[in-house]
Amino acid sequence: MRPYIREKKNFTFDDVPENTSFEAGYLTTVNSGWRSIRPVINGDRCVGCEQCYLYCPDGVISINNGKAVIDYDFCKGCGICAKICKIGAIEMEAERK
Amino acid sequence: MANKTAESISRDEFFYGHKACAGCGGSLAVRAALKVLGPNAVSVLPAGCMSAVGFNFPQLCFSNNSIISTFAGTASMLTGVEAGLRARGYKDFTAVGFAGDGGTADIGIQALSGAIDRNDNIIYICYDNEAYMNTGIQKSGLTPFGAKTTTTPAGKNIHGNIRPKKNMFEIAAAHDIPYAATASIGNLPDFIKKVQKASQIQGTKYIHVIAPCPTGWGVAPDETVAIAKEVVESGLWYLAEYENGTFRLNYKPKEFSSVEAYLRKQGRFKHLTDEDIKIIEASRDKKWEYINKNFEL
Ligand SMILES: Cc1ncc(C[n+]2csc(CCOP(=O)(O)OP(=O)(O)O)c2C)c(N)n1
Ligand code: SF4
Ligand code: SF4
Ligand code: SF4
Ligand SMILES: [Mg+2]
Repeated sequence: MRPYIREKKNFTFDDVPENTSFEAGYLTTVNSGWRSIRPVINGDRCVGCEQCYLYCPDGVISINNGKAVIDYDFCKGCGICAKICKIGAIEMEAERK
Repeated sequence: MANKTAESISRDEFFYGHKACAGCGGSLAVRAALKVLGPNAVSVLPAGCMSAVGFNFPQLCFSNNSIISTFAGTASMLTGVEAGLRARGYKDFTAVGFAGDGGTADIGIQALSGAIDRNDNIIYICYDNEAYMNTGIQKSGLTPFGAKTTTTPAGKNIHGNIRPKKNMFEIAAAHDIPYAATASIGNLPDFIKKVQKASQIQGTKYIHVIAPCPTGWGVAPDETVAIAKEVVESGLWYLAEYENGTFRLNYKPKEFSSVEAYLRKQGRFKHLTDEDIKIIEASRDKKWEYINKNFEL
């Protein structure tokens, strides 16, 4: 489980909770627009060592069937994963517009 | 290919969709610690980057119960959270705080000292990015000598911060705290082990983790983890624990990497002269003399 995108209501001031609590893990916006470059996994090379999963500050990498998978909705393109991958299975590519 | 560290923590993400800068070291520290402590962690975050990027109604990025405290009150709110949950009969939870260097070594130090004095059953994690980052890079008590910040500018006469970094780890240990440790986000297996250990110990636990800030340090976003390794390799930071009255060093570099190389790649140190770098090397050597004498290996 991860916090996930909920229905985007048009919150007005009246909806803002009067006490200080609200539902945990409630997301309404993605971070993908921050990227100028994106990490691309080379599935043939990836050995599923999980180093990129551990060190991604945004937690957007998971391992599926032994291969790294990226949630591009929330990846910011920092490039830490590409640096940490010792066998070069991650390439940073220009973000296509 | 099994990764022992990855196997030892939750697969769930508890800090997700946050608005930290790309490559933020502080966010990696918070994420990793919460994956150790799990869904029953109740986290307290004072004013600072991690609360600013985590709670932007309605974008609420913690999936465990989390609350913002006053800037000075991380530890006192942790005390209250722990006591309140205990009074209501909850048993299986961890009260954990994530405060910055300013929130810890400056404004929050008396609340932290009080909590350690009462030996409240909490984990206090200081993510140290070596300045007040959320308000635009001002010097804190944990900003190192020579670093340029907006309140310690670098000019002809004064070359950035003129004071050394406070020794928060040993200040916490001097309370005879049950457990204190230093860590770096460049070595997550070590940091994760320390959070795991802290969660098994009764009383107050203090973990001080170096968490580089690409924005404030003037390094590229993909350098964060590498620079957090290099600060340990160069001997300017060290990995250690304090337990049962004893200091233990967890890692000793065979040979220190170059202090100059570490400093020169960061925007905040660009102005340093060769003499300034010699001063920094000398203070590192003095510190290690002390460590070698007083810390077990
Ligand atoms: C009592 C009080 N004084 C000042 C502030 C303004 N303030 C908010 S965050 C911050 C900087 C926090 O620095 P640090 O604790 O190092 O955390 P970082 O932002 O670097 O993560 C300051 C000065 C405040 N919120 N409350
Ligand atoms: S670090 Fe590289 S090899 Fe390891 S899981 Fe990630 S992409 Fe695959
Ligand atoms: S580029 Fe950064 S945010 Fe994106 S997957 Fe890699 S480490 Fe995570
Ligand atoms: S300013 Fe630094 S500490 Fe704050 S969110 Fe950005 S990278 Fe993280
Ligand atoms: Mg700070």
